[in-house]
Amino acid sequence: MISLSVNGTTHRVDVPPETSLLWFVRETLGLTGTKYGCGIALCGACTVHVDGAPVRSCVTPVSAADGKHVITIEGLSARTDHPVQQAWIELDVAQCGYCQSGQLMSAAALLARTPNPTDADIDDAMAGNICRCGTYQRIRAAIHQAAAMARGGAR
Amino acid sequence: MKTTLSRRAMLKGGLALGTGLGLGLRVPIGPSDPASAQSARTLAPSQWLTIDRDGIVTIVSSVPEMGQGSLTTMPMIIADELDADWSKVRVEQAPANPKLYANPVTGTQSYGGSRGIRDHLQTWRKAGAAARQMLVEAAAREWGVPAEELETEPGTVVHRRSGRKASYGELVAKAAELPVPENPTLKTPDRFRYIGKGVPRRDMRSKVNGSAVYGLDVKVPGMLVASIERCPVLGGKVRSFDATAAMRVPGIRRVVQVTNGVAVVADTFGAALNGRRALTITWDEGPLAQVSSAQIIRDYAALATQPGQVARKDGDADAVLGSSANVVVATYQVPFLEHACMEPMNATAHVRPDACEIWAPTQNPGGTQVTGARLTGLPPEKVTVHTTLLGGGFGRRGEQDFITDAVETSKAVGAPVKLVWTREDDLTHGFYRPATYNVFRAALDPRGMPVAWWNRIVGPGIFIQKGRAKPGEIDPTAVGGARDIPYDIPNVQVEWINRDLGVPLGFWRSVASSQNAFITESFVDELAHLAGKDPYEYRRALLGKSPRHKGVLELAATKANWGAPLAAGHGLGIAVASSYASYVAHVAEVSVAPDGRLRVHRIVCAIDCGIAVNPDQVRAQMEGGAIYALTAALYGEITIDRGRVQQSNFHDYPMLRINEAPPVEVHILDSGEAPGGLGEPGVPSVAPAVTNAVFAVTGKRLRTLPIRPEALRRA
Repeated sequence: MISLSVNGTTHRVDVPPETSLLWFVRETLGLTGTKYGCGIALCGACTVHVDGAPVRSCVTPVSAADGKHVITIEGLSARTDHPVQQAWIELDVAQCGYCQSGQLMSAAALLARTPNPTDADIDDAMAGNICRCGTYQRIRAAIHQAAAMARGGAR
Repeated sequence: MKTTLSRRAMLKGGLALGTGLGLGLRVPIGPSDPASAQSARTLAPSQWLTIDRDGIVTIVSSVPEMGQGSLTTMPMIIADELDADWSKVRVEQAPANPKLYANPVTGTQSYGGSRGIRDHLQTWRKAGAAARQMLVEAAAREWGVPAEELETEPGTVVHRRSGRKASYGELVAKAAELPVPENPTLKTPDRFRYIGKGVPRRDMRSKVNGSAVYGLDVKVPGMLVASIERCPVLGGKVRSFDATAAMRVPGIRRVVQVTNGVAVVADTFGAALNGRRALTITWDEGPLAQVSSAQIIRDYAALATQPGQVARKDGDADAVLGSSANVVVATYQVPFLEHACMEPMNATAHVRPDACEIWAPTQNPGGTQVTGARLTGLPPEKVTVHTTLLGGGFGRRGEQDFITDAVETSKAVGAPVKLVWTREDDLTHGFYRPATYNVFRAALDPRGMPVAWWNRIVGPGIFIQKGRAKPGEIDPTAVGGARDIPYDIPNVQVEWINRDLGVPLGFWRSVASSQNAFITESFVDELAHLAGKDPYEYRRALLGKSPRHKGVLELAATKANWGAPLAAGHGLGIAVASSYASYVAHVAEVSVAPDGRLRVHRIVCAIDCGIAVNPDQVRAQMEGGAIYALTAALYGEITIDRGRVQQSNFHDYPMLRINEAPPVEVHILDSGEAPGGLGEPGVPSVAPAVTNAVFAVTGKRLRTLPIRPEALRRA
């Protein structure tokens, strides 16, 4: 039996321990905002937070989250108003949008530890997230804008 | 809250969590059936929109949303002519029903070729204008005033003289009794409220909070999950298989043979993958087991000495080349490419004896319905297609293989099945942009200007392979962008040798132009340098008969400060191309490190797409198209060894990442012409702009893609 919290709800579950956190949240919990893109931690579409740190859920066994707090895109904010979500909306960042859950989770984790990131910080934090639609420059601008919002700067 | 659940119960719970499929999946009733809509006292003047008594306007979008913004731009066009209150507009994705929703130009409900706006703008404007005219007429009758005295504000008809106002919702019952005008008066452009200005994307909120529903997110009660083990050799078939071990894997329900391999049907995707690994399959590898990409290129090169079919002949290039003292010859190659949509291929199907339901991230709802009908024996109207959001399309999702997989598997097991591909399945069983081999010859006059241009292309035709053109025809998917070079050269000959070794081919974002802009815009750059001329001025001098090419070329050069001093070690390259009725030029600024590593510092793009309906989305498509093209130029190569695709995931088929992505600066040239495409035209001229810049900074001419650092290393 594994016990973990997902978006604030504690689950005691009996699943094969090697089940990936990705497919656990998608199939068992029905939280499909977290995406499957490559299965081997190369694209970042599956990024979630485990105890605040961004992890690739596709290669994280659910057993590794035992006793931990997992946040998925659905739990990033209650009203779609996390600064990164607001900035993404204001700048119309997404195109197909499939990678964006992972992008947002990586960006939110970056801002949590580096509230005022440089372009180099953004490169470091975001290079693990592929966007096939090529929205990178809007992602970069939106992260800067979210940082400004969080500082209480101009919206 | 604490929950304790068994695995089985959790699975059921998970499935029960969401049958509401969210955006884009409700089959509209009103617009599909105007008669019933009218009886419900709504105004439904066409299949495209319904207005209810609360003034809510429901617009049906026929174009699948694959990232291009169709769920925003398409209703925006209708809303503009309707003068709708944008906050009261709802959007639904059209069901498969070609009688109502076929593209008015192509006649099919299939979307490729960057055809959304350019094929539908007039149709959608008329749909909005017709409804507005009916509402105005209804108010005129209600108030006993001439319709000419009325005007509209968003969602409201106004009679200024008397100060009367009525909301659209108040007028629908009366308007619904009026005939639908066949030729409503359209707005003059100065009256546009949204067209040319744009509105924020409607899908953004759902795409930042995880609620957007892609094909992979579909939930249907009782649904099983399946995945197919496919022959490692392209085109190979199952000879026999043994599922004994697979059936012992926990969570496996059934193992069934289908057209494209052996489907393992399970409770979860993980179980299905475990089941696949436990299968024993004997394959009939088929003819492609003899085919490798190195051999394909050798085969092309050998054939290139033979005459080809003449795709264009102006004057007599052969004769001029034969008598010229200054002849330039070059050979270019491009590799196979895969689309690599972020969302791997998938579809969900529920085949019942009397009906079939399909949920799919498809560019081709009409084709999906036909596939469903063919595989089930049901009439097409018994096949319901729900088009979900697409996690990328790029041409890949017009194909029917993933639909076939889902329908056949559901039919075999008698339950709803979500059929999911792995990334590895996706890259190794694609429909590939063709590899081609290309020979050029040009004759230059004493001033260095070309008097003859001769180009022989060796490679396959996608339309011919797919049976959409006859063998012997000139296939535009092979020669597009090469036979129509814009330069004013008196003698031009473009030939094509159709050589198809059977590798499955597909339409890859910008299709033939994806390779032919690279080869032609590189070769003209070669000529400019050999002539000792500035490559921008050289092109300008040759574009006298192609003003729209010239316009974007000049705009891109101006915005990039062409000719101004650059940082040490930096160089600029330029290229221009037209595709899908739009005109695009790119300038790339690059530097090359001593170890050969190329850095693209910025890309300047100029586009003339005629009327720019939604300018920020024009910019978005140019930004994204440039990154897609740059990914291919720097990394894109699918190689085949004995019929097996050798790349399997993003480690060996890499994508450009944020740390490598240059800023893409987009400038829109408003020519006021009819609208052109946007999804594809941002791709073709990027690769040659980059390789031309590499030449400017290193003197090395790159004639093979992708660009290899080894080729640029300074030893």
